[in-house]
Amino acid sequence: MIAELGLAALWLAAALAGLQLLGGIAVLRDGEALLGQMVRPAAQLQAVLCALSFAALLYLFAVTDLSVALVAGNSHSAKPAIFKLAGAWGNHEGSMLLWVSVMALAGGLIAAVERRLPERTLSATLAAQAWVGLGFYAFLLLSSNPFARLDPAPPEGTGLNPLLQDIGLALHPPVLYLGYVGLSVAFSFAVGAMLTREVTPAFARVMRPWVLGAWVALTLGITAGSYWAYYELGWGGWWFWDPVENASLMPWLAATALLHSAGVLAARDALRTWTLMLGVVAFSMSMIGTFLVRSGILTSVHAFAVDPERGTFILALLALYIGGALALFALRAGTVLEGERFAPVSREGGLVINNVALSAILGIVLLGTLYPLLTEALGFRVSVGPPYFNPVGAIFFLPAMAMLAVGPLLRWRRDTLARIRWQVLAIAAAFGAALLAAVLAGIALLPLLGMALAAAVALGSVLPLVRRRLRHAPLTLWGTVLAHLGVAVAVFGMSADSAFTAERLVALRVGEETSVGPWRVILANVEPVAGPNWTALSARLAVSYSGAEPTLIHPQARSFWAPAQQTSESALLTRWNGQLYAVMGGQAAGEDAGRWQLRLWWKPFVTCIWYGGGLIALGGLLALVGHLATDLRRWRRGRA
Amino acid sequence: MQPKHQRLVLVVLALVALVGAGLLAAWALRNQASYFFVPSAMAADPPPVGRPVRLGGMVQAGSLRTLPDGVTIRFTVGDGQALVPVQFSGIVPDLFVEGSGVVAEGALGADGTFLATNLLAKHDENYMPRELAEMNADEARETVAETQ
Repeated sequence: MIAELGLAALWLAAALAGLQLLGGIAVLRDGEALLGQMVRPAAQLQAVLCALSFAALLYLFAVTDLSVALVAGNSHSAKPAIFKLAGAWGNHEGSMLLWVSVMALAGGLIAAVERRLPERTLSATLAAQAWVGLGFYAFLLLSSNPFARLDPAPPEGTGLNPLLQDIGLALHPPVLYLGYVGLSVAFSFAVGAMLTREVTPAFARVMRPWVLGAWVALTLGITAGSYWAYYELGWGGWWFWDPVENASLMPWLAATALLHSAGVLAARDALRTWTLMLGVVAFSMSMIGTFLVRSGILTSVHAFAVDPERGTFILALLALYIGGALALFALRAGTVLEGERFAPVSREGGLVINNVALSAILGIVLLGTLYPLLTEALGFRVSVGPPYFNPVGAIFFLPAMAMLAVGPLLRWRRDTLARIRWQVLAIAAAFGAALLAAVLAGIALLPLLGMALAAAVALGSVLPLVRRRLRHAPLTLWGTVLAHLGVAVAVFGMSADSAFTAERLVALRVGEETSVGPWRVILANVEPVAGPNWTALSARLAVSYSGAEPTLIHPQARSFWAPAQQTSESALLTRWNGQLYAVMGGQAAGEDAGRWQLRLWWKPFVTCIWYGGGLIALGGLLALVGHLATDLRRWRRGRA
Repeated sequence: MQPKHQRLVLVVLALVALVGAGLLAAWALRNQASYFFVPSAMAADPPPVGRPVRLGGMVQAGSLRTLPDGVTIRFTVGDGQALVPVQFSGIVPDLFVEGSGVVAEGALGADGTFLATNLLAKHDENYMPRELAEMNADEARETVAETQ
């Protein structure tokens, strides 16, 4: 019964999206149309129905209703409760329903609170949102119904892939989807503004919180995904340039550019068409990402739930939305009025360079990700990996970093380098000193440049706070400072990881010892342990740093029984200056029976990568709060 | 500067950067992309020694052995027509077993052994390296017959 109610709510929500679209069109044709008054209520009701539908799916997973095909295929009664709930979105149909629900909630929120835009533009925006939503409703209702029944119901479910049974990964998709969906809202605003030709600073201010929110969520999602891959997959790496990873990086790059250009539009009324273009591109990147992840068209180490037929459907949606938006852009870009002018040396000028560099990096990642598809059409197979992305991306990443260090010091409109001479000299000195230190330490070229730039950016990002009264500095400034500092911290972590990591691969008998970097490692014991739905062999490793007191860590080789699968649980020991990473392999075979394979890494400062990601997200959050507070004050003043 | 000119300069700047990025990427892809080989293709036309490539095929049943250090393994990868010996140091992926599909990243050594730096085995029980999933039915049957 609950499943049928969920499905009915979904159909109704789709119908309301249709109404919302028609209402928006009516407003565009005739501002006074009666149907136009339906737009806001339709969006709000659609949000409620969609949320109910998703709640129904959550309920079905919570009680493990095996008569529903999706539950039977992705859950198991013996699974811990949190993973039962996570199972609702740990699969294709459920994640699409989550996508639509978040999108409907965003639309409902806009309809409920947004009063700053002209009514025509807002209606056009909500119509564009319904237009995107309808594609996803059609996708769900026609090709991947999450509420389909299974008759007869099986006695037990097939379980959730053990690699997904991890709290980090359970929470990771919803966070990433908040990001994707936030960008769909920015897309709708861009389309709405193009339809009514109302590209104003007010439009940028309305769009900016959504872009900021999406960007914060994407940042957190990418950071969490990277850390998950690092500790769960047991390879000791934190970025693989895998198509699925690139699928989240590309919208992030576009959103970063959009965030900065929307800032220019809001503050200085410049970069109008460019901001519209980025609004279209950013969401296009999330769609392309979804397509890559869901279609399985590229070989990926983390491609779950792939189905070529669905890939075709998403490809059709992609062509429809991106093609449509680009066509609209081509028609309307020329008629958007010229924005304000500015000098090349100015805050805007710096942001333009930042935007161009980010776009170039985006192009490089996109080309590298899609290249295997192109060559496959030509009949030969290619896989593109770090040997391509690292050096080619670095060529544009390094100037972007340099700009990031200096740009925030510049003033809006017009500035001279002479005014900020001392700051620039200080940044250059930090760069030079770090470069010298890194050269003396004998580090390879890319990590060396990375470390020097990290030092320069770290200094450059805190300089805007100098000689300001810190308690009176606006939240948005703090946001910028923290986010930029986060970039420096993350880049330092990445450089340190590639420069200083020590690795050791051994087969040990119980009682034997080895070393990695400054660590002494003794295999104290290997013992069986049991979990809720797995058993494991667990090693007891006594590890000590530079002769200090030993600590015990426990890497495990786990066996799940539903579905039957082995995973290795790495053991991590975090110190202030890095992480010790241990993975246990199988027992060496043949005459060496009794020896256990161990892979150990000492990774100095590797944790900075994720602290940096967290700082970037925190900076974004502060900026978001700052902007919302300003909006609220304006709104109050308007009412007073 | 006139507004028109400024817009033009911005557009040109952006175009130059993007075209530059594209050309750079195209050049790098020609030079750096690592190619995918199946054993018969590698036997017929081996890549230069040391160039990073991927080798995909089935792990030959009975071919897997561990060297005295306890962490280096040797095995052969076949596709029903040719066999390539592979050497790998490290902890094998969870689902790496004889008779199963594998994609090895690495380079051909001077003695004709493929020196793998990374093994990608199937990720879950439904996963198969896509390159193998596309072998035609005859090849697949032969491979299965051979690896049993």
